[in-house]
Amino acid sequence: MSNPTRFEEVAAFHPRGSIADLTWPADPAEIPDWVYTDQRVYDLELERIFLGPTWNYVALEAELPRPGDYIRSYIGAIPIVVTRDKAGEVHAFENRCAHRGVEFCKTYRGNAEQFICPYHQWTYDHSGALVSVPFRRGVKGKGGMPADFKPGEHNLRRLNVTRRHGVVFASVSDQMEPLEDYLGPEILDQFDTIFDGRELKILGVHRNTLPGNWKLYQENLKDPYHATLLHTYLTTFGLFVAGNKTAIMTDAKGRHSTLCNARPQGRPSDDESKTEIRSFHAAMQLADPRVIQLIPEKDTPWTSNAITIWPNLILLRQTNILGLRQIVPMGPHQFMLIWTTFGYADDTPEMEQHRLRQNNIFGPGGFLGIDDNEALKFVQDGLRRSVPRHGLAPLGKDEESEDTVITDRAIRSMYRHYRELMGL
Amino acid sequence: MRKSEELANAQPLTPPAKIDRAKIDRAKLAELRFQVEEFYFEYAAVLDRCEIERWPAFFTEDGVYRLIARDNADANLPLSLMSCEGMGMLKDRAYAIAHTEMFAPRYIQHFISNIRVTAYDEPFITAEGNYLVLETLIDEPTRILQSGRYRDVLLMQGEALLIKERRCIYDTVLVPTCVVYPP
Repeated sequence: MSNPTRFEEVAAFHPRGSIADLTWPADPAEIPDWVYTDQRVYDLELERIFLGPTWNYVALEAELPRPGDYIRSYIGAIPIVVTRDKAGEVHAFENRCAHRGVEFCKTYRGNAEQFICPYHQWTYDHSGALVSVPFRRGVKGKGGMPADFKPGEHNLRRLNVTRRHGVVFASVSDQMEPLEDYLGPEILDQFDTIFDGRELKILGVHRNTLPGNWKLYQENLKDPYHATLLHTYLTTFGLFVAGNKTAIMTDAKGRHSTLCNARPQGRPSDDESKTEIRSFHAAMQLADPRVIQLIPEKDTPWTSNAITIWPNLILLRQTNILGLRQIVPMGPHQFMLIWTTFGYADDTPEMEQHRLRQNNIFGPGGFLGIDDNEALKFVQDGLRRSVPRHGLAPLGKDEESEDTVITDRAIRSMYRHYRELMGL
Repeated sequence: MRKSEELANAQPLTPPAKIDRAKIDRAKLAELRFQVEEFYFEYAAVLDRCEIERWPAFFTEDGVYRLIARDNADANLPLSLMSCEGMGMLKDRAYAIAHTEMFAPRYIQHFISNIRVTAYDEPFITAEGNYLVLETLIDEPTRILQSGRYRDVLLMQGEALLIKERRCIYDTVLVPTCVVYPP
């Protein structure tokens, strides 16, 4: 027997007993399986992270251009509605009637004078305030609401909202620092290369479920190692290659990250860094190369940038694709991704067509989107079906220069912050 | 929910054939539908065998393929889940699926029904049909991948048909994991 690796001490990895008994492995490069599978950990995440001291992405203002516009959205797993009132203010509140708890808004987007729960017609304004209750005084002097009923105490549960350059974030916490401080200077700088203050134009929205834990998606965009190996379109056409000029930055708390890459002119040559990449197809030619053509439009050295904003947002600028992905957890074993794709309101029709054409790369039918969604499903298949162990994020060092590509540094820093928030 | 056929985004780019189905001779209509049905079933058979590199041959040289989420169509948003303009992009999509994308092996089955020729104007046929695609992965139960509708402009070349434009508008807006093969 040449393989000495065996199933040993499996019981030691099982999250038995109370949540307080869960112990994180001593090695900081190890991530225990139970963070992806344990219902109690998931429940605590909703409370401490999504309903905790975080700014959660909920909408783009371009989705709410006119007074009365609204969209369905989520904070954590919780359905919410984001609206624009008649004065132009943006509000976010729970999509759940204060009366019997009905999830009343059942359309993706629209324009409404008021929000009326279909069950008993309790009616709310654009801020989520209760404005009327039918038969409040009953009929013929009988029935109705108690005399001391105060509508102002039965508004929809509201969220604090902040905006920057057309992006709307919400938080349950009243003690949040300004968004700019929450992001930190490095991330804010990259955020502003996408959201530079110009008006945005929504091109469309895609949605998919993914049978995996929501944190896997954050990890995936903090993981340059996979980008250089899994995705043929990145490696073969030089969109993200280990040999490219790269910078990986995190905020001071380690919760957000940005993966910047500068694509060289032309396609990468068959150099030494390619010999380890099975996905590199030296002979592959595109019949129509417009899909990877870069039209210079940004004053930045980086041609691609994957930004993760804790806890629920991925921003991606790749070549001329601009998009974001909202992560909606749906239990330990599943999450939803909402992909919102946009351009700028002042794009020429040709630029808009170019962005739309290039979007064949992303989304749940994209050249890269398929690779990622499948790979993350495979991870959860492993987590769900086998016996527990600890996963590994061992590459690189915690103290290293920003231009280190083959590294798990940003994954480890996310888990340091995670453990602090979760008390694990 | 709005009806997508009322909205500009769901209209084929190609001007549809001019003669409405109500004005087509019944025998001719039956013949056209038979032709369209045979064509749809051959298209489905090739995809169901996962012979994706034969897929571009169902299109004209300038053929357009778009896979569109129903809510984007209803909201008149132009984004497609897959979009191919012309033979080059069709072949690049087929090549990527056959050789570069990483995904679990799968069986797929198309079920196409409610086929209607909606207009006809030699050599063009405007047609539509409903489709259901079932997908089966190893050690997993069969699931519905997509329920949708084809909206097509077809070009008659003698006995043969080719797709000048196909729009697949899918109701299954919440995609289960991903769509690998174009419906």
